[in-house]
Amino acid sequence: MAKKPAKPSASHADDSDFLLHSLQDAFEAKKRYAASDAEMLEFYRQMLLIRRFEEKAGQLYGLGLIGGFCHLYIGQEAVAIGLQSALDNERDSVITGYRDHGHMLAYGIDPKVIMAELTGREAGISKGKGGSMHMFSTEHKFYGGHGIVGAQVALGGGLALAHQYNNDGGLCLAYFGDGAANQGQVYETFNMAALWNLPIVFVVEDNQYAMGTASKRSSAETRFYRRGTAFRIPGMEVNGMDVLEVRAAAEVAFAHVRAGKGPVLMECNTYRYRGHSMSDPAKYRTREEVQEQRDHHDPIEGLKKTLIEAGKTEDELKAIDKAIRAEVAEAADFAETSPEPTPGELYTDVLVGEY
Amino acid sequence: MAIELKMPALSPTMEQGTLAKWLKQEGDRIEPGDIIAEIETDKATMEFEAIDEGVLEKILVPAGTEDVAVGAVIALIAGEGEAPAEAAPAPAPAPVPAPAPKAEKPTAAAASVADPAIPAGTKLVSTTVREALRDAMAEEMRADPRVFVMGEEVAEYQGAYKVTQGLLAEFGPKRVIDTPITEYGFAGIGTGAAMGGLRPIVEFMTFNFAMQAIDHIINSAAKTNYMSGGQMRCPIVFRGPNGAASRVGAQHSQNYGPWYASVPGLIVIAPYDAADAKGLMKAAIRCEDPVVFLENELVYGRSFDVPDVDDYVLPIGKARIVREGKDVTIVTYSIGVGLALEAAAKLADEGIDAEVIDLRTLRPLDKQTVLESLAKTNRLIVAEEGWPTCSIASEIISICMEEGFDHLDAPVLRVCNEDVPLPYAANLEKLALIDAARIAEAARKVCYK
Repeated sequence: MAKKPAKPSASHADDSDFLLHSLQDAFEAKKRYAASDAEMLEFYRQMLLIRRFEEKAGQLYGLGLIGGFCHLYIGQEAVAIGLQSALDNERDSVITGYRDHGHMLAYGIDPKVIMAELTGREAGISKGKGGSMHMFSTEHKFYGGHGIVGAQVALGGGLALAHQYNNDGGLCLAYFGDGAANQGQVYETFNMAALWNLPIVFVVEDNQYAMGTASKRSSAETRFYRRGTAFRIPGMEVNGMDVLEVRAAAEVAFAHVRAGKGPVLMECNTYRYRGHSMSDPAKYRTREEVQEQRDHHDPIEGLKKTLIEAGKTEDELKAIDKAIRAEVAEAADFAETSPEPTPGELYTDVLVGEY
Repeated sequence: MAIELKMPALSPTMEQGTLAKWLKQEGDRIEPGDIIAEIETDKATMEFEAIDEGVLEKILVPAGTEDVAVGAVIALIAGEGEAPAEAAPAPAPAPVPAPAPKAEKPTAAAASVADPAIPAGTKLVSTTVREALRDAMAEEMRADPRVFVMGEEVAEYQGAYKVTQGLLAEFGPKRVIDTPITEYGFAGIGTGAAMGGLRPIVEFMTFNFAMQAIDHIINSAAKTNYMSGGQMRCPIVFRGPNGAASRVGAQHSQNYGPWYASVPGLIVIAPYDAADAKGLMKAAIRCEDPVVFLENELVYGRSFDVPDVDDYVLPIGKARIVREGKDVTIVTYSIGVGLALEAAAKLADEGIDAEVIDLRTLRPLDKQTVLESLAKTNRLIVAEEGWPTCSIASEIISICMEEGFDHLDAPVLRVCNEDVPLPYAANLEKLALIDAARIAEAARKVCYK
């Protein structure tokens, strides 16, 4: 029985069973993106913004200012930043599940309107009617923010169909988790995406737990990148804790899709430090396991090390952190103090037309 | 003894067909597997294959005969060593093809009151509901390059019920897309394409199969506009046959009108005649909101007058009075309209003047037309080909209680299917489904007659 590598992104040399590895080979040949200093600093800033934003969201949840379900992205920041930094924002689209705050921040969407949505205020990006799991920005071609596990994969297939239909050269980046990877509609979509050669990159954010169930307890094949094999979709396995690796993989995958060669399935091995949602005490794993990830695989600390090696100083990086803390504090303040939707908003936006 | 060859039923709903051509002649030797004739249904031309061996003794229905009833004897085959010719045909059941459609069909079409919106003098063209739906889609596809059709067998097969016939030839495979059998997946892809700016028409072979896709219809399509604060739209049409067909059993016979009509964010349309099918389909395709468009297989082949105008579009959310009357109101929709008109004709003979309202749109519901009719007749029944519990009928009754109580001279009654999964056996199926007699009986009851 194939065992999942103990650590993310173990060598692929031993996976001779997997046939559709041409993209993995291309990726392995140049595994870390050669970022400029400015790019690296921007990745650092963006990942840190997600981290601080999510820490603040957790805090506001604890204070009762955010309700319902709230799924934090802490630990997974490198995935969204590595992939989305490689997009062509004029034409590409993104769709994800309910753990969506990070993907929105990766677009540079104002943290204030995201936080205000979390607190259910009129100034929120969905006017306070969507909440944490249902946020969209059609301006940025970000199509949500979907609360039904796996639904965004088929919807992403539709976005890709629209790119192909309009011949606009765009691709769709559709994220889902290792839990969603067991939904039937994911494979229905794989089939049609491959059959119709749709421009889509399927990204499994494997954070190793489907809610509280470890992947090895829920998945017969935990090497998720292999799951496109039956549909002739090439797979890639990527260390999702290293933003430069994710970015390098994105370059390979996007080039393949843009060349009209059809879909790609990318597995990003990552880890969430917090529970599945704020109401999850995460008793299904040990404190030591989480600490091991934080100490040895943290995406922000990892990039920080690279930046220091490249000659940046602790002070420069601290200054970035300070500015982000101020930005997040301002967003939280805005989200706490801006008004709730007026009662009349209850009845708006149900339908577009009048009948 | 000679073997009787009978007119075959080539689909579950076929009741008659045209004997297009004999491929064997009298005196020809026939082996099992030989194609002996071509039969035309309203959907396609099918080959009629022999399963018996012998000599084609007598052709009883000549080529070209239309409206040959299913089961009518069309030819005789003499078995091996039998005496030919004059021996057998005498006791055969009436060989002359008797056009025997159900009574409701012609009466329904004839009795229907013309839509008041059509200007007098407009040329009317007799069109089947099937053709009207296709014409509506084709016209909208010509007008808007964003409109496309996807579903199982919609392209090369020309539609499982031939509703998309000819679309592939005109619009090509980019806009008429055959999908694998994967309802959840293609409903999601269609919905995503609508979010991405296209105007998909997603055909479900029947709405029974849309149960696999109902998550996307409700959670993805219907709620998008609201959840996004009006930012993200989902202009999509989910269409296909709905309700009981004929002898296809419980899993293929269900009316989903009440299910979808309970969901805020959806438009639900269920037309009866061809003109409404065309005008409302065009409106549905242009609609900025997601539409569930419920057709009925048993009605596809029926012909009705359709106004011959350039762009026949009807308003969504407006019911239509299809028969005016003063004694009792029958509220209905879809196939129920034909049955209600049949019942109204019977009631007229007894001196009861029934008004028949076709809801046409189930959500948003045209309460005003219903309540105005109630104010006029003071008696109301609902006829619905579907289960009674939590039905459109239940909803109409609630509306009458809440907003029309003072006008009621009798309790509102509902005539619905029996509260059981639809049985297969012909007699039980008939017992389970609404019919004109039951509608007429309920009307008499609220008139205290």
